[in-house]
Amino acid sequence: MKKDPAAVDIAGEKRPQRSGGKVFQRFLKNRLSVVGGLIVLLAFGGAIFAPWFSPHDPNMVNTQRRLSLPGTPGHFMGTDEFGRDLVSRLLWGARITLFVSIIATLMALVAGSLLGLLSGFFMGWFDILVMRLIDILMAFPYFLLAITVIAALGPGLLNGMIAIAIVNIPFFTRIVRGIVLSIKELNYVEAARALGANRFRIIGQHVLINCFSPIVVAGTLNIGWMITAAAGLSFLGLGVQPPTADWGTMIASGRQYISVAPHVATLPGLAIFFTVLGFNLLGDGLRDALDPRLKI
Amino acid sequence: MKEYILKRLLLTIPVLLGVSILVFSVIHLAPGDPAVIMLGPLATKESIEKLHQELGLDRPLVVQYLTWMSKVVRLDFGRSVVLGREVFPEIWLRFKATMILTLASLSLAVLIGVVAGITSAVRQYSIFDGLSMLTALAGVSMPVFFTGIVLIILFSMQLNLFPTAGMYSPAGGDFLDLLHHLVLPAITLGTASAAVLARMTRSAMLETIRQDYIRTARAKGLAERAVIYVHALRNAAITIITVLGMQVGYQLGGAILTETVFSWPGIGMMMVRAIQVRDYPMVQGGVLFVAAVFVFVNIIVDIAYAFLDPRIRYR
Repeated sequence: MKKDPAAVDIAGEKRPQRSGGKVFQRFLKNRLSVVGGLIVLLAFGGAIFAPWFSPHDPNMVNTQRRLSLPGTPGHFMGTDEFGRDLVSRLLWGARITLFVSIIATLMALVAGSLLGLLSGFFMGWFDILVMRLIDILMAFPYFLLAITVIAALGPGLLNGMIAIAIVNIPFFTRIVRGIVLSIKELNYVEAARALGANRFRIIGQHVLINCFSPIVVAGTLNIGWMITAAAGLSFLGLGVQPPTADWGTMIASGRQYISVAPHVATLPGLAIFFTVLGFNLLGDGLRDALDPRLKI
Repeated sequence: MKEYILKRLLLTIPVLLGVSILVFSVIHLAPGDPAVIMLGPLATKESIEKLHQELGLDRPLVVQYLTWMSKVVRLDFGRSVVLGREVFPEIWLRFKATMILTLASLSLAVLIGVVAGITSAVRQYSIFDGLSMLTALAGVSMPVFFTGIVLIILFSMQLNLFPTAGMYSPAGGDFLDLLHHLVLPAITLGTASAAVLARMTRSAMLETIRQDYIRTARAKGLAERAVIYVHALRNAAITIITVLGMQVGYQLGGAILTETVFSWPGIGMMMVRAIQVRDYPMVQGGVLFVAAVFVFVNIIVDIAYAFLDPRIRYR
C-alpha cells in the first residue's frame, strides 16, 4: 500500500496516531466509565430484545389489574392506570426513547459537523453565513427552540426528532469548526497541500480523521441530553403520542396517580435517569481515553 | 468600556432581526394553512376567510413580516386567537411569574454550585469532593420534570411540607405564601444548574490555584481565605459566568417543564397550552419575547466578562 506522504513527521510534528487497543485499555482503567458503558449496554439490550424479554404485550389493557403495585404475581414491576404491564412498557419504551435520541443525535451530528467542516475549511462568505445562522439558533434557549419547531410542524415522533436535532446542530458545528481551524494550519496539512492534494482529499483524509475523536465524544455526551429532551417533549404531549410506550409519555400519564401509585411515574423516570447517567459516564470515559485535553 | 457596551449592543440588532425572521418563518412556512390549523377541521370557509383578513395572511409574506415587525417594536404582538385578549399584557403577566421562578432557582444554583465547586477544588480528592461530584453527576443526569415529581412525592405527599401546585393558595396571596409555593419548583429547576456549576467551578478553580501568581500570593503570607476568595476566584469567575450565562438559557427552557409539573402560571406553561391549541400569535409573541430576553442576558454576561477581564475590552 502506498504510504501517504502527508503522514510523515514534518518538523517534529507528527500526525496524531491512535491505537485502538491503547484507547480501550485507558478506557477500562476508569471504573466509573466502565459502569456507564455497562448501563448503556443494558439499555440497548433491553431495547433490542424487548420482543423476546417482554412478559406481556405493552399495550394490552387489563382493567381488573389497574395500578397494581410492584411484586404483583405476573407483573414484577406492577401495572399502569390501564392495567398494562410496566416491565413490558419499560422495555418497549427503551426502544422508542433510544431510537428517537440516537437518530436525532445522528441527524444533528451529520448536519452540524458538515457545516462546521465546510465553514472552517473554506472560510469566506460561507463561514460568515453559517456562523450568523448558528448565532441566531443559539439566541434561543435550547428547549424553547425545540417547542417552536414543534409548534410549526405539529406534535409527533418524527417532528420531535427533527426539533431536538435542529437545536443541537450548533453544538456540533462549533466543535468541528474550532478543530478544523486549528488543524488546517498544521504542517502536515500544509505539506499535503504543497504535494498537490486537492481540497476535498485534504478534508477527507487529513482533517475529518482528526475531528473523529471529538465528534464521538460530543455525540455520546449529546445522546444523554437528547434522551431528556425527547422525554421532555413527550411529557408535554408534544413528542411521541400515547398509547405508544415511551418513557416520557409514561411519566406524563403516571403523574396523575402519584398519590396512589407512585411507581407508575417513578419507574420510567429512573430508567431515564440511569440511561442518561450511563451515557454521561461513558462520554466522560471516552473523552479521557481518546484525548484528555478535549474540553467538551 | 462604554465603547465596548455600545459595540456589543449594536451587534445584537442583526441577531434579533434573524431571530424575528426565524420565528415568523417557522410559523408561516410550516406545512398547511395557519388559519385552518388554528380553527380546526370544522371551520367554515367564511371563518377561515375572516381569520385570513384579521391576521393579514392574504398578503405577501414580506408585507406580512414587515407589518408584524412594525407592530412588535411597539410591543403590539397581536391578539390571542383563543383568549381573544392582547398577547403582550398576557406575556408580561406570565413572564413575571417565570422571572420569580428562574431568579430563585438561579440564586439557589449559584449558592450551592459555586460553594460546592470551590470546596471540592480546595479539598481535592477528599470525601466531600468525591461525594459532591457524584451528586453533581446525578444532578446533571436527572430530567427536570422527574426531579419535580420526586420532590412532590417526598415533600408534598409524604411529609406534607409544601404545596403540590400553583403560585399562591386560594386563601393566601402574601409574600410568605409565594415563598412556600416557590421552594419545590425552584429546587427542581435549580438542581441541574447547581450540578453543572459545581463541576465547572471545581475544574476552573483547580486550573487557577495551580498557577504561579497563586503561589506568589501564598508566599507573601496572605491568608488562605484571601488567596482563594480574592485572587483565585476572580480568575475562575470568567468560567463561572460563562456557565451561568448558558444556564440562563437552560433555565428559561427548563421552566417550561417545571411550570407544567407544578402548574406554575408562567410563560412556559402558557406557551405549551398555546401550542396545543395552535394559538399562533401567542406562540410567536412568547417565543420572540423569551429569545429577546435571552439575547439581552447574554449581553449582560459579555459585559460582566469585560468587567472581570480588561483584556476582553481591547480585543
